[in-house]
Amino acid sequence: MADKVKLLEVNRLKKYFHAGKKKVLKAVDDVSFYVYKGETLGLVGESGCGKSTVGRTIINLYKATSGNVIYDGMNVQQKLSVRDLKKYKKKMQMIFQDPYSSLNPRMTVAEIIAEGIDNHAPGISRERKMEKVYQLLELVGLHSSHANRYPHEFSGGQRQRIGIARALAVEPEFIIADEPIAALDVSIQAQIVNLLRELQRGKQLTYLFIAHDLSMVKHISDRVAVMYLGQLVELSGSEKLYANPLHPYTKALLSAVPLPDPDLERTRERIILKGDVPNPLHPPCGCRFRTRCPEAKAICAEAAPEWRETERDHFVACHIYSACW
Amino acid sequence: MEKILSVENLHVSFYSDGGEIAAVRGVSFDVNKGETLAIVGESGSGKSVTAKTLMKLLPKQNSIIKQGDVKYGGKNLVQLTNRDMEKLRGSEISMVFQDPMTSLNPTMTIGKQVMEGLKRHRTMSKKTAYTRTVELLELVGIPDPGERINQYPHQFSGGMRQRVVIAMALACNPKMLIADEPTTALDVTIQAQILELMKELQKKFQTAIILITHDLGVVANMAQRVAVMYAGEIMESGTLDEIFYQPKHPYTWGLLSSMPKLHADRSLPLTPIPGTPPDLSHLPEGCPFAPRCQYALKVCHQYEPGKTKVSTTHTVSCWLEDERAPKVKKPEGIGGMQRGRQSKIAGS
Ligand SMILES: Nc1ncnc2c1ncn2[C@@H]1O[C@H](COP(=O)(O)OP(=O)(O)O)[C@@H](O)[C@H]1O
Ligand SMILES: Nc1ncnc2c1ncn2[C@@H]1O[C@H](COP(=O)(O)OP(=O)(O)O)[C@@H](O)[C@H]1O
Ligand code: SF4
Ligand code: SF4
Ligand SMILES: [Mg+2]
Ligand SMILES: [Mg+2]
Repeated sequence: MADKVKLLEVNRLKKYFHAGKKKVLKAVDDVSFYVYKGETLGLVGESGCGKSTVGRTIINLYKATSGNVIYDGMNVQQKLSVRDLKKYKKKMQMIFQDPYSSLNPRMTVAEIIAEGIDNHAPGISRERKMEKVYQLLELVGLHSSHANRYPHEFSGGQRQRIGIARALAVEPEFIIADEPIAALDVSIQAQIVNLLRELQRGKQLTYLFIAHDLSMVKHISDRVAVMYLGQLVELSGSEKLYANPLHPYTKALLSAVPLPDPDLERTRERIILKGDVPNPLHPPCGCRFRTRCPEAKAICAEAAPEWRETERDHFVACHIYSACW
Repeated sequence: MEKILSVENLHVSFYSDGGEIAAVRGVSFDVNKGETLAIVGESGSGKSVTAKTLMKLLPKQNSIIKQGDVKYGGKNLVQLTNRDMEKLRGSEISMVFQDPMTSLNPTMTIGKQVMEGLKRHRTMSKKTAYTRTVELLELVGIPDPGERINQYPHQFSGGMRQRVVIAMALACNPKMLIADEPTTALDVTIQAQILELMKELQKKFQTAIILITHDLGVVANMAQRVAVMYAGEIMESGTLDEIFYQPKHPYTWGLLSSMPKLHADRSLPLTPIPGTPPDLSHLPEGCPFAPRCQYALKVCHQYEPGKTKVSTTHTVSCWLEDERAPKVKKPEGIGGMQRGRQSKIAGS
């Protein structure tokens, strides 16, 4: 596949938060990856590892502490002109875990979606606008008769559809979906995931899909990035990552997922990690995973492993895969 | 197999402005000594209400047990006075909730809370209670229990809190533990730790577990028997293998095929169940799953199906089991997909 184009590049991104006197929380600490146009990149990791912060920094909700976010050739963490910033914001939309808290309860569904259309195409006639609202509702599997209802009149899955319709109203190219199905039931999760996939095909969308459910991430993603305590530990094609994980954390994470297949569950050897994720205010020196890593050696406390491409499109940060092991 | 609990035809309702919410409708199941029975279903299907009924923890102001018995050790728990139930709770039957803070007092040290639980049911000296508390914390994998005993819940991580709650639940060696989504709020590596711990302790103490979960992976990992709930009823129940490899109910099929499989080809689309669960205050006539069921017959929209026993351990509530119904094959890809086929996955 020679014609893969990098739509988004994230280079050495850092986002630090001040957490009280002289305390710095390194929520995202030197993260680099890219997203190809038209693909889905999954971003997984346990809660608090920095997934949402990555997403929010990319979409400019947070100002990066350092590093670059380059979108379609434009460095968006630099000072942008109002015009460029506006242009950028239109190209990117975010979908959230809890659609309810992100939908204004006092606005009708039509008003919520129309807001996006106004943003995208100011001055559009009211008639055209309502036509588009109805189109979008149908597109996400709702009915035009839902247009005049309020968010609380809908189920969780339907609210997520409204959230998706709102995002699509801006006609974005890139969607950051931050745990969009985590709050939904299994049978409804599948509805939303299928919808996201169809929309991607129909509209050539690019996704950054943030989640902690590894089975679902594998299903939806072309490539998957694994994050631990503010850093990426591994990134590769999703089939490959699941069949042949390199990083000890990826291995443990995959082996911890219970599978809906009793025969497999009876025969699997599980890697059970010891202890908890360390306090992000005081991450371990060297490799951040070393306090829980079953394969840690002396060097792992001395130096942080580098983020290296071991083969094309397979990145890993672990001393096992570097010369000094 | 020694039957220790038996629930018969339980009906529980709530009353609200919108009328009666029929949350549990005719639920029956048994629990045997030392086994794990999983109750699985989507949110709102009545799992927690069932559990709370067994523990007599339903809110008094708006709930009513309309019918049914819960038999345990020669008693009917439904008719027990609150005082008698108080004695049973913790000593014979314990409960663990999704949020450990439901069971923990934020203003009391961990040690004090575990000790109080111990002393509630047994008279023992302060010193014995202290020693036993340290032992219990050690048993559930709290590092440095001698030190941690003096700390408060907020100084513990979510996983560690759930360990403490499990220690408290098992302090008096109960015959039965009801665990309502005990790992749902935890990260997957911590979930693996807690599930392992529960299995270990169960083996050691022969505790029966009712495990409530929406996660079929957790079911496959933990249970010997499974009850699938939908809209307040048990749609299908059977052994673990019966439910996963020979499921008979369209809802069970739907659940299994809407889950992505970590070890399956990702180009295959998921098959969701269309629509949403019914409103329990306006239930449809007939089978509650009929509005979402692609196999629904005319009769399904009019009459509730009866229970059919397909084996001594496997029961299904579906008209498709009626001999007059057309023969339907379960959809491709579920039920023994992995059987006899080698599959490579991490950790196997
Ligand atoms: N606005 C904020 N201010 C301070 N700390 C934050 C903020 N947002 C997130 N954090 C902290 O940054 C870390 C990463 O958080 P987050 O990106 O939300 O993780 P995830 O999405 O992977 O669960 C956590 O330790 C969190 O407490
Ligand atoms: N305290 C309550 N008051 C009114 N309705 C309730 C109450 N608790 C539960 N319900 C209703 O009972 C039904 C079953 O709830 P529950 O047993 O909690 O479901 P789940 O299977 O998710 O545990 C739901 O429709 C819920 O709205
Ligand atoms: S660098 Fe060392 S501690 Fe870190 S993951 Fe690799 S082996 Fe484990
Ligand atoms: S009884 Fe009818 S509607 Fe209900 S699950 Fe069976 S086939 Fe479907
Ligand atoms: Mg997040
Ligand atoms: Mg519940």
